[in-house]
Amino acid sequence: MNKIKSIDDLRKMKKDLEFGMNIREKSNSPESLVQIRVAMATCGIASGAREVMNAMIEKIEKDKIPAVVTQGGCMGYCYAEPTVEVKVPGKDPVVFGYVSPKVAVEILEKYVLNGELIEGIIPTNYQSINQ
Amino acid sequence: MKDISMHILDILQNSVSAKAKNISLVIDEDIKENRLIVVIEDDGRGMNPQQAERVIDPFFTTRTTRKVGLGIPLFKHSAQQSGGDLRILSAPGKGTTVTAEFILDNIDRPPLGDVANVFVLTLSSNPDIEFKFRYIFNKNEYTFDTVEVKEALEDVSLNEPSVILALTEMISENIKNLKN
Repeated sequence: MNKIKSIDDLRKMKKDLEFGMNIREKSNSPESLVQIRVAMATCGIASGAREVMNAMIEKIEKDKIPAVVTQGGCMGYCYAEPTVEVKVPGKDPVVFGYVSPKVAVEILEKYVLNGELIEGIIPTNYQSINQ
Repeated sequence: MKDISMHILDILQNSVSAKAKNISLVIDEDIKENRLIVVIEDDGRGMNPQQAERVIDPFFTTRTTRKVGLGIPLFKHSAQQSGGDLRILSAPGKGTTVTAEFILDNIDRPPLGDVANVFVLTLSSNPDIEFKFRYIFNKNEYTFDTVEVKEALEDVSLNEPSVILALTEMISENIKNLKN
């Protein structure tokens, strides 16, 4: 694919973008997308949250995984940054701590696609300092 | 923070938390004048003079999840250690402008980093906010506006991974061209 340099190039590649979306959504309606939130406050950013988010976006794009990644605020788990919250439709959200780009890919491959739990889950009974 | 773009990512998050509808990022790099200026402006809830004065205090935060707020203090420290400074202008109900100035050739100035990446990661996570970006290099400039992008992409969402990668590439290419 040619490099995208302008809004016109973007307009031209819109069809390809829609094609990619269709592949992801054919077997999954939009509301069944897995919601992934990467905590992106000062603590997360300094610990490598940006690299984690980039790794997840690249993996989702490459493998057309039915998931959407967004940034979130500090959840109070500063000690375990970078943290990632994964909400699989129909399941309770799970927060993973100490996530590296490698672990981020593992979360997608093992937990999101196969429902297999991996190390690094922050227990739901953890309370942050103000709670 | 390894580079300036990470501070930018952090301060953009403050604008998002302040419920801004419009956020603008300006980077002005001028070799002749030996300076690098980063301006982040939003129309969020803003702060009163007392709050604006206290945000440079690491032990002040409006958050409830923790008791420290390090974003602005770290950015200010980074600017000051490279011979510059950071200023905050804010008014309740009007918004906040954070300006950080760096001496370009100061040996302690952190590298700018991947600004295109942090900017696109933020706008993709907040598709309801309009983002503007101006990169000025030696008085030549490149501008990016999410209003135009949304118009071009129509129903394709900004948080679509292929869009995130395409927009990052587009901004990076334009910055590269501006510098060459």
